[in-house]
Amino acid sequence: MDRVQYILKRLLLMIPTFLLVMVIIFVLVRLLPGDPAIAIAGDRASDADLAAIRARLGLNEPMIVQFWLFLTNTLQGDLGQSILMRAPVTEVIAKRLPVTGFLTVYAVALSLLIAGPLAFVAALNRGRWPDTVIRTVFQVGLSMPVFYIGLILLTFLAAQLRWFPVGGYGGSFIEKLYHLFLPAVAVALYTSAIIMRNLRSAIIEVLDAEYVQFARAKGLPDRLILGRHVLRNAMISTVTLLGLSIGNLMSGTLVTETVFAVPGVGRLMLEAIFARDYPLIQGLTLTFAVLVSVVFLLTDLFQSTLDPRMRLT
Amino acid sequence: MTETSPLSAAAAPPQKSRLQIALRKPGFVIGMVIIGLSTLLAVAPGLFAPYDPNFIDYTAVRQPPSWAHPFGTDMLGRDSLSRVISAYSVNMQMAVLATVFALVIGVVVGALVGYYRGLADMIFGRIVDAIITFPFLVLVIAVVAVLGPGLVNMYIAITLVGWVYYARLMRAEVIAQMGNDYAASGVVMGYSDRRIIFRHLLPNAITPVVVYWMTDMALAILLGSSLGYLGLGAQPPQAEWGVLIAEGRNFITTAWWLSLMPGIAIVLTGLGFSLIGDGLADLLRPRG
Repeated sequence: MDRVQYILKRLLLMIPTFLLVMVIIFVLVRLLPGDPAIAIAGDRASDADLAAIRARLGLNEPMIVQFWLFLTNTLQGDLGQSILMRAPVTEVIAKRLPVTGFLTVYAVALSLLIAGPLAFVAALNRGRWPDTVIRTVFQVGLSMPVFYIGLILLTFLAAQLRWFPVGGYGGSFIEKLYHLFLPAVAVALYTSAIIMRNLRSAIIEVLDAEYVQFARAKGLPDRLILGRHVLRNAMISTVTLLGLSIGNLMSGTLVTETVFAVPGVGRLMLEAIFARDYPLIQGLTLTFAVLVSVVFLLTDLFQSTLDPRMRLT
Repeated sequence: MTETSPLSAAAAPPQKSRLQIALRKPGFVIGMVIIGLSTLLAVAPGLFAPYDPNFIDYTAVRQPPSWAHPFGTDMLGRDSLSRVISAYSVNMQMAVLATVFALVIGVVVGALVGYYRGLADMIFGRIVDAIITFPFLVLVIAVVAVLGPGLVNMYIAITLVGWVYYARLMRAEVIAQMGNDYAASGVVMGYSDRRIIFRHLLPNAITPVVVYWMTDMALAILLGSSLGYLGLGAQPPQAEWGVLIAEGRNFITTAWWLSLMPGIAIVLTGLGFSLIGDGLADLLRPRG
């Protein structure tokens, strides 16, 4: 299929998917226990006040009308008022989102720094002890939940040795790097285990491929082969994997933000849930879904641009 | 398949069974041992726990690990090792109950849409896309928020989200299997759809799903303990690894062992399931 056609089809398919995403969020939020009017006005509000709030939120309308309201408001960028923060949901999220964005990019960068070199060492020493050691360590890493890694780091590096702050978020770029180092490492250890596995087998696959054997036979230096063939292929599969695991990455960020008290959207989500702040839960869930699907789309575009095999399918 | 001509049969060494090959893989064996022992601890924690996990002793609060209390004692003077051991039944139960319903639903739905395709398959495709658009944890905690925290609700939430992954895998595998002659000959023989799907396609298509199931059990333990830690899964005073770690969180400067020791159990069981998963993947991979 033509690439433009593929992208168009991909974009068109996002419309029904997103309608369904909106339905899921709508249904979930309507099912949340408790009366939203009481949640907004408080327990001691008069019946008249509650009725007014219900009317204002459109809660007396039939479900289908309510869904239409939700859909049109969302498309106009209106996600309602947060009960907890007493501010528009979009504003609250916009304030917290950069923190999570910074943390996520930081974690990805660290995972690549950890996984990249080790994957090369493992692949080039396939079956020998460095390979076994690296794979065993990462296997254990895969079995550690993010909150546990976070707590270990917090206990020893922050609480005992006091090398790092116990929580919070700095002002300047350098301060942020310092404050978010441990939360980012907690996510990165898990992510790097996934990347390392994939990268190692990608490198081995390329090294075993006939064209690389041929390049070797021609007498091309290993450095050139690694640079030209192996790196390029390994990069494509790594970026694809990272893109597809964005959901996992965000789940990890949510947990790490809670452990380290980082003021991002992940921790906000939990605060919203414990406070039953339903407009905020609605807005956050939607934000997560939008972010994931944008990353999925970018991954697809990246892959279809760089990987010639994808152009034909 | 193993039938060969008498000549080559005499020359070739006897074929090893798949089990024999598996038992030579150290990873697989270690995984089986870990999960075997974990199951034992889950079934009969009383045989192994040195103390009553709920026995409160205010004279021995937050004691560091010692011979008498290898994992120390908690803020109420309860023996931490006994609490970690008594949590095995909850956490091992998680591995099964958080995955098995998703497995069954996913296998049936995936097999049906893979076989019939058409409109149902198109709708299925949109549902899959919509559900994987949410980060797994976000959707699960949103569902738990609706249902209320607790173990049963956590299982329902994970099942509601998790079946999609099984169904997607099963669908792809059924479609691949239908390209084979045996599926076509089933149709030619006039077998009912039900017989073709459940007697012929399903047994052949289920291998990757079973391998994924093992990995998913490891994930279920990680996810279940994470939700416990966040206060959305098992509720205190129930001994569950995530809950135990959360209980110790306030004492990490003075009593670090409270949080760190229960994590060892999570890592070990998670490792056990994923080692078995890796072993099975190697074992069940068709050999050329």
